[in-house]
Amino acid sequence: MEQPEINKKEVAISIKNLSKSFGGLNILKDINLEVYKGENVALLGKSGSGKSVLIKLIAALLKPTNGEITVLGQNVNQINNVELNKLRLKIGFSFQSSALYDSMNIYENLAFPLKMNVKNLSTNDVKLAVEEALTEVGLIDKIKQMPSDLSGGQRKRIGIARTLIMKPEIMLYDEPTSGLDPITSQEINNLIIDVQKKYKTSAIIITHDLTCARNTGNRTAVLIEGKILKAGTFDEVFDSENEQIKSFYNYNFIQ
Amino acid sequence: MNSNYLISKNIDDYFIGINNAFKFVRKFFKELFKPPFYIKEIVIQTYEIGVKSLLLITLTGFIVGIVFTKQSRPSLEEFGATSWLPSLIGIAVVRALGPLVTALICAGKVGSSIGAEIGSMKVTEQIEAMEVSAINPFKYLVVTRVIASTIAIPILAMYCSFVGLIGSYINIHSMEATSILVFYKRAFSSLTFLDIITSIVKCVSYGFTIGIVGSYKGFNASQGTRGVGKAANTAVVVAMFLIFLEEMLIVQVANWFRI
Ligand SMILES: Nc1ncnc2c1ncn2[C@@H]1O[C@H](COP(=O)(O)OP(=O)(O)OP(=O)(O)O)[C@@H](O)[C@H]1O
Ligand SMILES: [Mg+2]
Repeated sequence: MEQPEINKKEVAISIKNLSKSFGGLNILKDINLEVYKGENVALLGKSGSGKSVLIKLIAALLKPTNGEITVLGQNVNQINNVELNKLRLKIGFSFQSSALYDSMNIYENLAFPLKMNVKNLSTNDVKLAVEEALTEVGLIDKIKQMPSDLSGGQRKRIGIARTLIMKPEIMLYDEPTSGLDPITSQEINNLIIDVQKKYKTSAIIITHDLTCARNTGNRTAVLIEGKILKAGTFDEVFDSENEQIKSFYNYNFIQ
Repeated sequence: MNSNYLISKNIDDYFIGINNAFKFVRKFFKELFKPPFYIKEIVIQTYEIGVKSLLLITLTGFIVGIVFTKQSRPSLEEFGATSWLPSLIGIAVVRALGPLVTALICAGKVGSSIGAEIGSMKVTEQIEAMEVSAINPFKYLVVTRVIASTIAIPILAMYCSFVGLIGSYINIHSMEATSILVFYKRAFSSLTFLDIITSIVKCVSYGFTIGIVGSYKGFNASQGTRGVGKAANTAVVVAMFLIFLEEMLIVQVANWFRI
């Protein structure tokens, strides 16, 4: 298999001493993580461990209680709104619930971020861009349908296509395979790998699916009880003697 | 944990809620004058509000006109003053009934649909999806809808008054042969400029209230689909309550200007 180019000298996302609490409840405690340019990092964790909170912090959808998050060299909590919006255009966010705009059809869903952010585009330019992104995820035939007409896996792929239309440098996937059958999950995994190669993205893939982590991640990190317990290659992480990591592995295996 | 509260959880939450609502209104006025203005979206929303409530308002306005005329006639007859009927109805419908009936219907129909629509966008992460696409959801969803309802509801109220007067005319015509022109002339004869202005001010504030309450409740929806229903529901209740409050307030202020 052709390997993606990972530049270990350049950091795309850097998280330092990050913590987040909601009303006295500590969800994340002192998280440290770096994602290099071109690298996919899979982040494993149980349901409710704060995975969604963590990537929402990276996209500055939430404010951290403590610590620093730097994306493409910019501290997301210290830049002004204009700069933040510019940065966000380089970030593709695939939501856990897909978050397709359910009042718009698939074409409009994809065209919306483009039309709102790029001035003076001709209708034809928009159409070409939408078709390219839909072809990339293999769903060009759904262009006129409404999100409610699609299956969960298709919605996930449309959600990814909607981010690809802005040609992102960073991808944040929130549970891209949750609730999908193994075959559909594998299709999504392959899509994530294709996107990494073709768009040269650096990504964090949040998941509790070990197959997804092994297949899509160049490195894997495990989030347990608000802390990153271990990070490394998939095999390094799961060779560990740590009981919590072992139980995570066994649980997934039995499932 | 208890020491975190100033008085008690419920009382604290109540005041925090009021504070947040005021912040939301302030944010609206801050964002209102900043570009981009999404004119197309405002037009679409205004049109939708109009279409959504037109049938119900036609029906209700018409019935209110008929019933009100029917009910008022006996009292005036006692004094042999049935010729005053049109002007009495003119005052009642244009000053009070038209705006209020429209506002209450729209609180139910428009307020709840704004609350539910924005609420479901909130709980399904669509609002966050806009944010990460560098689109300001407050401007795109809230500001446009509040402007739309502030424009649409005065127009609907005028229409409601007009239909109400037609209903009333039909009732009067069934008893005595008055021409519709004479009827409208008499109905408007006792209305002053101040009455019209007061009605417009009322409708604008009702429209604003319905839009902003629906948006606020939707924008702060939580707890999944249950939260969406709750947002729609409380949007209606709160909007109706505020509408009555505004009604009393504006009528009171308008009375100071009458001599
Ligand atoms: N806005 C919020 N206010 C209060 N608590 C929150 C908020 N968002 C998340 N939490 C809490 O933070 C914890 C972690 O939530 P999160 O959604 O990040 O979990 P997750 O790891 O993504 O789980 P899942 O696999 O089920 O998606 C939960 O206990 C949740 O209740
Ligand atoms: Mg989650």
